[in-house]
Amino acid sequence: MTKYVIKRILYMFLTMFVITVMCFVLIKLLPLPAVKEMGRDLNLVLAKREKMGYNKPIMVQFFLYMKSIFTEWDWGVGEQMYESLAIWDVMMQKLPYTIVVNLYSILISIPLGLGLGIYAALKKNKWQDAVISTLVMVFISVPSYVYAFLVQYIFCFRLGWFPLQLASLSQAGSLFSGKMFVSMVPAIMSLSFGVIAGFTRYTRAELSEVLTGDYMLLARTKGLTKAQAISRHAMRNAMVVILPMIIGEFIGIMGGSLIIENIFGIPGIGNLYINSINVRDYNFFMALTIFYTLIGLVSGIVIDISYGLIDPRIRMGSKK
Amino acid sequence: MMEDNKIYDVPKEKFQFVQREERIHDERLQTKAVGYLGDAWNRFRTNKSAVVAFVLILILLLFALIVPPLSNYTISFRDGYYKTSLPKCELFNGVDFWDGASRQQQNTAGYLYLEAIGRENGKPAIKKVYGSFEDATGETFYNLRVDSYRTVGYVYVNLSEAEYKTLMEYQDNTGIQVFYPLSATQNKHYVRGNDGANFWYKLQDESQGSSGAPVLDENGGFIANYLSSSDPQKAGYTSLRIAGDGENGVWYTYAQKNQTGYRARVDYDEYFNYKNGFHASFLFGTNQYGQDIFTCLAVGARFSLLLAICVASINFFLGVLYGSTEGYYGGAVDMIMERISDILASVPFVVVATLFQLHLASKVGPVVSLLFAFVLTGWVGTAARVRTQFYRFKGHEYVLAARTLGASDRRLIFKHIFPNSLGTIVTGAVMTIPGVIFTESMLSYLHIINLDTSSTVTSIGTMLSNGNGYLNTYPHIIMFPAIFIAILEISFNLFGNGLRDALNPSLRGADN
Repeated sequence: MTKYVIKRILYMFLTMFVITVMCFVLIKLLPLPAVKEMGRDLNLVLAKREKMGYNKPIMVQFFLYMKSIFTEWDWGVGEQMYESLAIWDVMMQKLPYTIVVNLYSILISIPLGLGLGIYAALKKNKWQDAVISTLVMVFISVPSYVYAFLVQYIFCFRLGWFPLQLASLSQAGSLFSGKMFVSMVPAIMSLSFGVIAGFTRYTRAELSEVLTGDYMLLARTKGLTKAQAISRHAMRNAMVVILPMIIGEFIGIMGGSLIIENIFGIPGIGNLYINSINVRDYNFFMALTIFYTLIGLVSGIVIDISYGLIDPRIRMGSKK
Repeated sequence: MMEDNKIYDVPKEKFQFVQREERIHDERLQTKAVGYLGDAWNRFRTNKSAVVAFVLILILLLFALIVPPLSNYTISFRDGYYKTSLPKCELFNGVDFWDGASRQQQNTAGYLYLEAIGRENGKPAIKKVYGSFEDATGETFYNLRVDSYRTVGYVYVNLSEAEYKTLMEYQDNTGIQVFYPLSATQNKHYVRGNDGANFWYKLQDESQGSSGAPVLDENGGFIANYLSSSDPQKAGYTSLRIAGDGENGVWYTYAQKNQTGYRARVDYDEYFNYKNGFHASFLFGTNQYGQDIFTCLAVGARFSLLLAICVASINFFLGVLYGSTEGYYGGAVDMIMERISDILASVPFVVVATLFQLHLASKVGPVVSLLFAFVLTGWVGTAARVRTQFYRFKGHEYVLAARTLGASDRRLIFKHIFPNSLGTIVTGAVMTIPGVIFTESMLSYLHIINLDTSSTVTSIGTMLSNGNGYLNTYPHIIMFPAIFIAILEISFNLFGNGLRDALNPSLRGADN
């Protein structure tokens, strides 16, 4: 197991390195956008470019970029947006929004999804199961932005229950205040439908498979009630597969959803990314690319490792 | 006793052949043989939801293929007056549903403005008055059902001499009144009412046509306020006249000569019919540029489906080649190839799409560069599936037997192993289609790819982002594309599930 973990982590670093080099080179091959002169410290940006060696060969630039990240934790400054602010600071300022919205979403979705999935599995092939399965199919397939428009139209415009855009921090007091939560509800709803449906489908499939196992029959035979048998035997075995998925969701909250953040104006990391692409701020683009790639890689590894930790039967690496 | 049963010498002649003339073989099977595809089809047929989804997909495909050539409108059609017109289906003409009208609340001036449009040409803009009420300040408000097509009313048009003549001829031939007399306030350039073309009646305050409150006669009727003269053929107008014209020797003026030709006031509904040969009626309404959403949707769907099918088939071939190579050879080849595909799969797709757009969009266009982006990383999933299948099948005895008989690597791969994994791979390829459609619409919604530059192509994502600002006022702009893509995604997923169950019976219901 340890060997496997080490191997995976080494592979991860290799992948990370190759992707970073590729993206860096591809970005540097693009024409460098002129520094906008709009009420900000032009000299700082120019000095920064000088320091990063913008007129040196690309590989030297890459070396300087890596060096400044690892020695000074310096990811560069914004050139086209958040002018001359340090990229790391801006990212750290945006990240909480993304995390909070997604955290609320999965805190709501996971219990709901698990509950519906368990219910459907217990009622398998009855009408309740048919209804849930049909709804799951629909909710999994429909793109999240369609929910976003519907939620916006029904709850924000027609019923007027929620504000259209996210409350600003000064209005709401803090990220965790009730007012902030209310203004986040439309986004949370739009994010949650798909996740709930995903968990329901997964839980139902796993649990209904487990329920047919011989040991379930044995558990009932030896005198456990149905509830006891399900909670002590079936759920524990189904969880072997479901838990890694939950863990994956929790890492994924940092990435968030580009389109939902865009629609609801959440000033999170996804919105920052879209903006950096639209205004061609390559420093932000590069840093966020690394960020997103890293999240993807780390969650992949953590999910795989957690399978091994949770389920002793799975001996990974030996499959190949 | 025992000896009696023993026959020792039977003469040779006593033996004779049985069935000398007949061949002996097994009885032929009475049932017809069922092949792989036939078997799959039988299974697919019994899956009701998959069949429904399949039919839906066919309908959507037909919609995407048939509508653009047959529609009255094209995607470059833009009408400046029928902007944000509401969906209208001729089948629902008498019903308060899908009739191009909506419920509105208007104050008295607004109510009279809408009422006046219908009074002149007999085509009421107000379909129904639900009722009225007074607010605290004593102002009366009306709840109305307003036809979004009729509210356009009249417009001023500039016609060349020839156009002017033809239009008059058309009017004489058909007996349809297109020209209406110019308003006496025509040079005031009001903001409201299409440059004031709808103010054919006396206003309380002519300097502020934008408020539009009319002067009413003792019966509550509008008082006509047309430009008039004693010359019945002013500006060469010889065609039909509206009722009430020419009383007491006063003739209304229908056009005015200007530098380029004639300026006339026309009923836009009829003028549109004269120009295009049909009355404006948009099944799904129009967007803020006056484009027909129905046609745009079909063009967008065609684009999405074409892109998705291209991507799916290219990725299918690449994935099969790559996956079978690594799966068949295994070992070091597999390890290196697996690293490469791992790296490609780990790059977030948005990054790939963005970089391709930035580098290639100016050279080969946004669509091709998007296709490249999908192809660059899209095959990884297929390759992984093929690889797994190869690991499963390559150790089987029948493969070993074929190898012993001297079959080449290529023959082993494509003749013996690959057909066994076909079901899984085909299902995977079909399942990439909804994914591609979703991703493409998301990217164009976020303006990471911009198709706006070419007016011959639109995408569902572009349509969604067009409608985003009008969600409250004109939800139809966004809802039709949104519903369309939702149906598309649902039916492809259902169809894919049905296909999986049909092609790989062992995986039945694996995740549903």
